[in-house]
Parts: sequence; structure tokens; C-alpha cells
Amino acid sequence: MITVRGVQKYYGAHPAVRGVDFQIKAGECVGLLGLNGAGKSTTLMMLACLLRPTAGTITIHGVSANERPQEIRGLIGYLAETPPLYGDMTVRAYLTFAGGLRGMTAGHIELRVRAVAKSCDLARVLDVQISSLSHGFRQRIGIAQAILHEPALLILDEPTQGLDPVQIVEVRRLIRSLRGDHTILLSTHILSEIEAVCDRILVLHEGRLAAQGTEAELVMRHGATGGGMELEVRASESELREALATLETTLGVQIQVTVREVAGDVLRVHVGAAGELRAAVSRAVVEAGHDLLAMRRTQSGLEAMFQNLGAAADPLGAQDAGDEVPS
Amino acid sequence: MTDLRATALIARRELGAWLRSPGGWLIAAVMLLVDGLLFNAYAVGSGAKLSTQVLQDFFYFTAGTTMIASVLLSMRLIAEERQAGTLPLLMSAPVSEGAVVGGKFISALIVLSALTLATLYMPALIFLNGKVSLGHIAGGYLGLLLLGATTLAIGTLGSVLGRTQLVAGVLSSAMITTLLLCWILARVSDSPLKEILRAMALFDAHFKPFQRGLLRLSDVVFFLSVAWLALIAATRALRRERWGG
Repeated sequence: MITVRGVQKYYGAHPAVRGVDFQIKAGECVGLLGLNGAGKSTTLMMLACLLRPTAGTITIHGVSANERPQEIRGLIGYLAETPPLYGDMTVRAYLTFAGGLRGMTAGHIELRVRAVAKSCDLARVLDVQISSLSHGFRQRIGIAQAILHEPALLILDEPTQGLDPVQIVEVRRLIRSLRGDHTILLSTHILSEIEAVCDRILVLHEGRLAAQGTEAELVMRHGATGGGMELEVRASESELREALATLETTLGVQIQVTVREVAGDVLRVHVGAAGELRAAVSRAVVEAGHDLLAMRRTQSGLEAMFQNLGAAADPLGAQDAGDEVPS
Repeated sequence: MTDLRATALIARRELGAWLRSPGGWLIAAVMLLVDGLLFNAYAVGSGAKLSTQVLQDFFYFTAGTTMIASVLLSMRLIAEERQAGTLPLLMSAPVSEGAVVGGKFISALIVLSALTLATLYMPALIFLNGKVSLGHIAGGYLGLLLLGATTLAIGTLGSVLGRTQLVAGVLSSAMITTLLLCWILARVSDSPLKEILRAMALFDAHFKPFQRGLLRLSDVVFFLSVAWLALIAATRALRRERWGG
């Protein structure tokens, strides 16, 4: 169990983190979401005992970071925003060195290097010099060094930053495979990342915890406006408007229909609606006797929520900083 | 993990990095070349001299190249890790700051010692046309190693304090130069500052006896004390950076 209580960090007079409270249960994969400068990296560095909080307490497995930071460091695997790699070493030599720093015995290191090489798909490059490897490999080596000693808490700071789409998918798959074996806290400003791998989300905004919960909970609480979808329907514009008008009456929501394209008898429209209405819209279209050929979200619930949080700035932060911390 | 094991581990990695990096070999080549040229031009090539004087001149020049090599070797120790983004690996691991500083220092000391000992052929050349005591040679080399260790320790402190290698090099050079020039400051100061400054003069007060083949316990204690203090300061500075304590 990781408990963070009233943690603040000031760089001189500048507040980077202004009092953050949260708990993470063992085995959870939690995403720390926020815009650049929200305080994500600072929070992670404090958890990794690389920065001492100006105020507040961090406890990991009952060990206080303030009192016994060295012990905490032994419990943590940390991947910084830029993987801390020595380009002049081979992958094997680097992982062996990283294991040695964590106090592992030579035999244990050998076993674990083999295991993480398999899980991180590094087996074929174990004896290759790191400087000659691609960015994707480097990121995976960074993750490998972080999980080598089987830490209780794995902290990943922007694990897919700078990767190409294929590499992003690979790294996400790797992180997903680590869930359960490790408690994972990862930071990102990419919403799809959080949606793809995390059980729960912590939203940081201007150094404060603006919201926390599962994706569904957050969307329900903060993503109420700004949702949208694109439809391809075999119907005329008036027929579609008529079908959707019934929803306005029954659900009491306002729906905006914008025609994008008419191709023969197929209409491509954007439907702007408050909240999650995809199921209701598809039912309404089909029940009106039209063919629904395609439906695509143009903005995810999280995106809408994030925009709301950004726009609301402090008032939302003040409101939700006091959310009850789940036990 | 014990500090000793962590120190050895870090020193071993660092030594490997020296061997693999062209920079390390370049520093070695330049130091040996400059030392050889100075020895040829001034120690043996500037008229008839007593063999002892040739040896003293050799130690004089080699002290200079040793100090310069110390700065070049030490400025990268921590500052390069910081610049390359590899410092978090060491700082997030359960190893003490002392082990990091110690490991880095020891690796650089081994490299510097190997470099210094690689100049042994020059005193050996004196035996072709002259005679010097082996004690003088041993004493002089002990002085070089102590001077090198001290300036390396100061350089390690500079490397912890400097954000970049360049800043680290400038800081180290400034600290070493201050200690070198203490004797000039002593000349224009009054007691008791005069005596303190004179006693702090790194080269004038404490290396010159070694240069002449004299081994004094007070000089050995001075060098070891300054090196120890610099390493303690480097450890404290790294701890402050890591955990503000």
C-alpha cells in the first residue's frame, strides 16, 4: 500500500506540488495524468526518494520515506523520463550493474536478467552495445532495469515518450503484462495511454490533485460536456434530425447535428451531445428504421474530462482535492 | 548492500567506461606527450645539470601535468552522469552517496596512478648518464600520487557542484589554483593569516619537499586531510542534491 499525505514540493518560492493526497493499493496500475508542468515528474521523483518533499508524508509498505529513504529505494523500480542508460555498455552488462546496485547476488542477477530479457523482449540484443540500439529498445531496457529486482512499486515517468506508434504499442503491451506482479504508477499526458493500461487515474493540475477515480467515474463526474461522435447513416438529414429529436425529449439533452458529407444516400454527420449517448443514439437511429453504417467517438470521455479540468482550473481543483481517498 | 560493495561496483563500471572511452585515452596520451616534451626540453635538454636537479625538474613538470590531468579526469565523474541523465539510476538505488563519490574517486585515482606510473621511464633514463637515489624517485612519486589524489578529490567536489562538465572543470580549477597561490597571499598577509595561508599552499609548502626526495609526515597528513575533506564535502553536496539532507 502506498500512502501519500499532504505532499508539497517547492523549488525556492515556486510551488511544483501543492499538497497531494492519495493511496494506491497493492497490484493496482494507476495513471498520473496532467499537462506539462502539472507536477507529475516531481511527484514521481518524491515517491522514488529522488526529491525530498517540502511538507507531507509518503509511506510505502509501512515504511516512511522521510525517515528511511534508503529502505524505500530498495522497494522501488524507477524509470525516469529519459532512461538512465550507459551507451558504452552492453545490455547484459548494464542490467548486471543495475542489479548489483540493488544489492542482488550474482546468481540472482543472472536469473533475473534472463527473465526480464524475455519479458521485455531483449533476449536477442543482450550482448549488443546500448548506444547502437533504437529508442524503443532503450525504453524497454529502462523498464527492464526498473523491474529487475522485482520491486513492490514500479514508477514509470512518461514511458512511451518519443516512441513511434509501433514502439508505443509494444511498451503498452509490456506494461500491461506487468500488472498484477507489480504495483504500477505511471505518468503521462497522453490520454489514450491511461485508457489503455491503467485501472485508476489521478489527475494533477497545477500541482494539485484535481480528481481521482476510474475512467468511468471521472468521465461521469467531469466529462459531462464536450463529448461527440461521428455517424454514417443511410438516411436523409431531416430523417436523422427527426430520429434524434426524440432523444432530446426523452433524455432532456441537447443534441447538435452537423452534416459533414452526403455521399449518395449515405449521410456523414457529427453529433455533438452532452455525456455518453452512443448507445442511445444508435438505438434511436436503428429504431427509426435507418441503417447505422459507422459510429466513431470524436472525443473520448477522458479528453472531455481533461478539457473541463483544464478550463475549470482552480475551482475544480479546490472542489476535488478534498475527494475522499479510497481505502 | 554494503557501502564497500557498492563502491567497488561503481568503481569497476567507471574503470570500464574509462577503457572504452576515447576521451580517457586522449587525456592519457596528451599528458604523457606533454610530460615527455617538458622532460626533454627543460629537465635534460637545458645545459649541464646534476642528476638530482634533473629529477627535481621532472617532478616539478609532472606535478603540473598531474594536476591538469586530475581536473580533466574528475570533471566528468558526476557532472557527466547528470548531463547524460544516468544519475537517477545511481540516486534511485539503495546505495549511499559516499559509495557513489568513493567509487567514482577510486576509479579516477586508479587511472591517474596508472598514468603517473607510466612516466617512470623518464627518471629511469637519468641512469643512462647519471645516478639518482631510488628513495628520491620513490619519494617524488609518492608526492605525485598524493598531489594527484588531493586534486582529484577537489575535482570530484567540483563535479558534484557543477551542473555541467565545463562548470565542474572551472570550479575545480578555481579551487586548486586558490590552494596553489596561497603562498603569494601569505606574502601580503599578516599573522596569523600569513601562517595559515602558507600552511595551505598545496605545491609550495607541501609538494616541494617530495620534489627534493624528502618524506615528511606533515605533508602526507596535509594531502590526505585535504582529500578527505573534499570527498566529505562532495558526499554532503550529493546528499543535499538527492534528498535535501
